[in-house]
Amino acid sequence: MAEFSLPKNSVITKDGKVHKAEAGAKDVRTFRIYRYDPDTGENPRYDTFEVDLAECGPMVLDALIKIKSEQDASLTFRRSCREGICGSCSMNIDGTNTLACTQAIEDIKGDVRITPLPHMDVIKDLVPDFTHFYAQYASIRPWLQTVTPAPSGKERLQSPDDRAKLDGLYECILCACCSTSCPSYWWNSDKFLGPAILLQAYRWLADSRDEMTGERLDELEDPFRLYRCHTIMNCSNVCPKGLSPARAIAEVKKMVAERAI
Amino acid sequence: MAGAKNRPLSPHLTIWKWGPHMLVSILHRATGTAMAIGGGVMFVWWLVAAASGKDAYARYVDLMTADQGHFSLAGLNLVPFIVLFGLSWSFFQHMSSGLRHFLMDTGAGFELATNRNWARMTLVASVLLTVLFWAIIWSKH
Repeated sequence: MAEFSLPKNSVITKDGKVHKAEAGAKDVRTFRIYRYDPDTGENPRYDTFEVDLAECGPMVLDALIKIKSEQDASLTFRRSCREGICGSCSMNIDGTNTLACTQAIEDIKGDVRITPLPHMDVIKDLVPDFTHFYAQYASIRPWLQTVTPAPSGKERLQSPDDRAKLDGLYECILCACCSTSCPSYWWNSDKFLGPAILLQAYRWLADSRDEMTGERLDELEDPFRLYRCHTIMNCSNVCPKGLSPARAIAEVKKMVAERAI
Repeated sequence: MAGAKNRPLSPHLTIWKWGPHMLVSILHRATGTAMAIGGGVMFVWWLVAAASGKDAYARYVDLMTADQGHFSLAGLNLVPFIVLFGLSWSFFQHMSSGLRHFLMDTGAGFELATNRNWARMTLVASVLLTVLFWAIIWSKH
């Protein structure tokens, strides 16, 4: 049964520290950021940071880096490429999951509230634990599986048309924005694979070179692993890469149905 | 990992920004539950009332009709308005949402704008159908 309220240790206590902008700041924006420090073990809180946007880059990640270097060096978040290709800085910004590096501050109205990806165990501040998510990814065997011997002296070929079937799938960067936006995944992540992993599963089902389609479908055909998807559509609405996990899952469901006919 | 057990769970429902697709999805479940439980209770109640004799049945009818009897407040009994309007709207919302899911099962309607519009359309359809349903009943009253 789904637990709709937060456990006792996860309830956000009202107000944390307030970091004022420097005097003379021209364009101040307020960031309210979720903080959790495993060393004290105290309940999470919101810290408030006033950032002078006149002295800051355009993206939310620019503001986070500015805060970390100028106001509070202990603020912890993942980031790497700063251009939407590594998927490290996925977090909940203004009530929706996205990448901090591709989310423009000016597209957000009012105060900018930042929390970790929803319904995840928090290691520190904006860093959630991805152990289970990665284990689920491994469980779908995300690599090309074949039974026939490889053609000698060359790679397994694929027609341009078959290659085009992977468009909209191979671009997934596994940032987990979609999976952690999904209420079904919130309540059943122990058994439901979630949108990101199911999109990846379809990426291999749709690959003309893969020869384990039947076995892959056998693995997925399960009331929880696949069918906890109720097409709520949060996944496709949040994907920072513009992909549609919901559509990929629908295609998997169709494949399961079609092979039964 | 040390301290792993004590890790807090990040906030979810309380911080989430809803859209029509998510609203219609949860309404589908809520209206289904309302019909199964609410409708079931009313049906059993009606059967029990009918089996218990004339007075019990009259009381049930009194409770579930708008314009007469013991339960009226200033000449109007609100119970049937809330319960019966609610149940009929639940039916039409569940039906239009079910049709949306039926179409989506064919692989259609996954474009974001289309999908959100379909979600909005189920709400418009359920309200219109409920009004139409009661208008027809009223006209035969």
